[in-house]
Amino acid sequence: MTDTFLFEAEAKDEGLKTVGTSATRIDGLDKISGAAQFVDDIDFGPGLLHAAIVESPYAYARILSIDTSAAEAASGVVRVATGKDFPYKFGMYMEDRYIFAQDHVRFVGEQVAGVVARTHREAVQAAKLIAVEYEVLKPLLDPKEAVAEGADLIHPDLDGYVHVPWFFPKAGTNIAHWRKIRKGDTEKAFAEADYVLEDTYRVPRYAHCAIEPHVTVSKLDYADRLTVWTASQSPHTQRHLFAEALAPLGFAHKDVRVITPYVGGGFGGKAGVSMEIIGAAMATLVKGRPVKLRFTREQEFINTYQRQGVVAELKVGVKSDGEITAVEHKLYWDAGAYVEYGANVVNAAGLSASGPYRVPNITNDSICIYTNLPPGGPYRGFGYSEFHFGLESHMDRIAEAIGMDAVEFRRKNAIVEGDELAYGAHMNPSGMIEAIDKTAAAIDWGVEETSANPNTVIGKGIALFWKAPAMPPNSSSASFLKFNEDGSINITVSGMELGQGYLTVMAQIAGEVLSVPVNKIRVETPDTDRNPYEWQTVASHVTWSSGLAVEKAAIEARAKIFDVIHQVYGYEDDSLYLEDEKVKCKTDPTFAKPLREFVINGIQTEDGTWRGGPIVASGKFMPEFTNANSDPETGQCGHPNVHYTVGATGVVLEIDKQTGRVWVRKAALAVDAGRAINPDLVNGQITGGLVQGLATVLYEDMRFDDGGKMLNPTFTDYKIPTAFDIPDEVIPIIVEVPQPDGPFGARGVGEHTMIGAAPVIANAVYNALGVRITSMPITQEKIAMAVIQKSKT
Amino acid sequence: MELNLNINGEHWALDVAPADVLLDVLRDKIGVKSPKIGCERGDCGSCTVLMDGRSVRSCLILAVEADGHDITTVEGISSDGLSELQNLFLVNNSFQCGFCAPGIVLSATELLEHNPNPTRHDVQEAIVGNLCRCTGYEPIIKAVLAAGKGGSE
Repeated sequence: MTDTFLFEAEAKDEGLKTVGTSATRIDGLDKISGAAQFVDDIDFGPGLLHAAIVESPYAYARILSIDTSAAEAASGVVRVATGKDFPYKFGMYMEDRYIFAQDHVRFVGEQVAGVVARTHREAVQAAKLIAVEYEVLKPLLDPKEAVAEGADLIHPDLDGYVHVPWFFPKAGTNIAHWRKIRKGDTEKAFAEADYVLEDTYRVPRYAHCAIEPHVTVSKLDYADRLTVWTASQSPHTQRHLFAEALAPLGFAHKDVRVITPYVGGGFGGKAGVSMEIIGAAMATLVKGRPVKLRFTREQEFINTYQRQGVVAELKVGVKSDGEITAVEHKLYWDAGAYVEYGANVVNAAGLSASGPYRVPNITNDSICIYTNLPPGGPYRGFGYSEFHFGLESHMDRIAEAIGMDAVEFRRKNAIVEGDELAYGAHMNPSGMIEAIDKTAAAIDWGVEETSANPNTVIGKGIALFWKAPAMPPNSSSASFLKFNEDGSINITVSGMELGQGYLTVMAQIAGEVLSVPVNKIRVETPDTDRNPYEWQTVASHVTWSSGLAVEKAAIEARAKIFDVIHQVYGYEDDSLYLEDEKVKCKTDPTFAKPLREFVINGIQTEDGTWRGGPIVASGKFMPEFTNANSDPETGQCGHPNVHYTVGATGVVLEIDKQTGRVWVRKAALAVDAGRAINPDLVNGQITGGLVQGLATVLYEDMRFDDGGKMLNPTFTDYKIPTAFDIPDEVIPIIVEVPQPDGPFGARGVGEHTMIGAAPVIANAVYNALGVRITSMPITQEKIAMAVIQKSKT
Repeated sequence: MELNLNINGEHWALDVAPADVLLDVLRDKIGVKSPKIGCERGDCGSCTVLMDGRSVRSCLILAVEADGHDITTVEGISSDGLSELQNLFLVNNSFQCGFCAPGIVLSATELLEHNPNPTRHDVQEAIVGNLCRCTGYEPIIKAVLAAGKGGSE
């Protein structure tokens, strides 16, 4: 048994009616009918004001002066704001950001000033009238240069920054955090290994590209109540950061309200706080008026979070029988100008960079480096997508070098329940071997396929993945549940429906416990005034964590229902059960009391009085077995992660030898969901995540010029997949080895489905052409050039 | 400038500026919110509407260009109950975040209007201008193909 065991979930294989079914999404009708309301769709009446920001054209510069006079005099302008109005720091895990730039700008696109005007057009026009004088400084755009001896300090005051206790900034350098893992004796293991492979892998930056841009409407009313409507993954965390950052203005948490309707995709980009605080702060300057700030697609690329780039230096040692004995993984992260969120991506990667393998000797260095590029942050996969590219490429190369089948090599070394992790805790139950076998079978691994077309070749690849939720050890979830007169249910939670199907899954969990069908349960999107606490909808943790909170609320409601029945009819609670929206009794088969008859108004007794009343319940969950207090030099003794979700990805692809064009003919992905609460929704995550991941390896790529300016901030130039850019066939495979502490055994799968996509393509390209490409993306051009290069040697 | 539009079967006479695009007029002056603002340059397709039955990017159409034309949005399709296609999108759990859904419903509706029995390639081509970041398109294509076969799977 793992040390993550909490309590026996109610999972029983027999008799589940709702959990495990592919129920229709409860938000489906809203979305296909046009009823779904996103922040930008909410009407605020004629008093609505519009904000626009002034952005730095330089990656690194000192601000000498800001002249706002022309903007203030411009048509329709209500207010102009600069850094002087808000000299307050904020940040998620490290307070290194300002609402508007103070004395320096540190990336192209950083907000220097803002305008609030009556119309959007007037705000944009007036912003162009703000004159900013800069002293341009030389930017640091490469992480290795930024850590070189004598490099300029992007944050000279780093030493004084407030941060979480598990970060270790290095004062006097550009290193904001350095996660170290030292397990066993890596040096000795390499000396004793039969084969050692060492290489460097490069992964560029990527953009989330949720189709809905960031948008926020903020209003400080005349009673000093700040309400913020946001397209966000993190309403409570946003409330907390708004209240903290604006504390000098006198806000208490109760006076800050964040309302989050449907969100048009997140992928990590709408976690934490990015542009939302700009709008919230500007609203405090125009009391009584709602202020809308909606980012353009270009701003979406350059001034929200980006996925961080990484240079990964990897060394792996094995015995001749294939046993992995040592991994040394040095990750140099291009974390950008502010790392308040991104440093935790670095941390998460550092903890797990030895991958889903049993490795006795590990040296991981995951180094968070300030650069003058846009702030890095969370993106689906949270550091794991990035380091798996090198790691899983490397495993294939080692298998080949020692003459072992790539699947067999992975089967031999795959981490299994009880194995010791890099930081000393132990691996949770996992279906990794089953995932490997099913994925290999789905792509006919071992069966060589030849193309009928003489110009093309067929390649196959496989890659494993794992990921744990990365979150503070005490991240929590809560839920409220209430019955209605007709026996239907309303549930409030503060996880976000980002598209993954969260609301439906919560309804299925509650519906299972209470025998109520999903279509009679409404789960509400968050309003921090009314919905109970949720840390954030990130880390693929809400099915598990919020699911447990909802399950507990449902169990509490059931206990209250049984108590009323007991009071009135005398049946013992343990003889009662729920079925088909009725209370039934094991000892009296004739008894069946419909919920709708009493869950609000109670039950009348023989003397004419009533018992019961509205059935309401709450539930909460916080892991009580985690701690992040590990040794800074070795990473040992903590228990920073709750559990890992594992799986495997396999592809069959066809490549044009001359042009390098790749067609993914078949893609299989197996993920261990513990229990698929809704298999259709798990399949949705598999297909969607896989396609998103394939794009990062095949063509997506953020390009910057040598001044740090992004060159392709549009969908014209930063291509994301269209309906033509998908595999011919996707084979989703659900593995279910229950998570002992999960709701009905479930664990998260949302991010994981993207992680294996990059290395699996690298491996299949090698398999097809014999060329190994170690930098992403593996574009058509890169493949064609590598083939030419190979033919010359 | 005065503008006359038929929006979802209802006549509107409006005063618009020459530079106003159809998308902003629909959203801000008429309160039709299903066409979304995603990129404002015709790349993403979330603002798709039907003009005289053909799909257009309402972010790229000046409002005055739509003068006298019939505009259909998802609100118009949904007003008398869901279409067969919408039902199939629903039961197939075709969408995730749903931000692209109004545009895709319209593009697919247009396709089926002109090609009642589309191939997979036809469906891909019909929605190629509508970006979806969540689904990988498969469950969307599946539903449209099913609609093309009269609702059978």
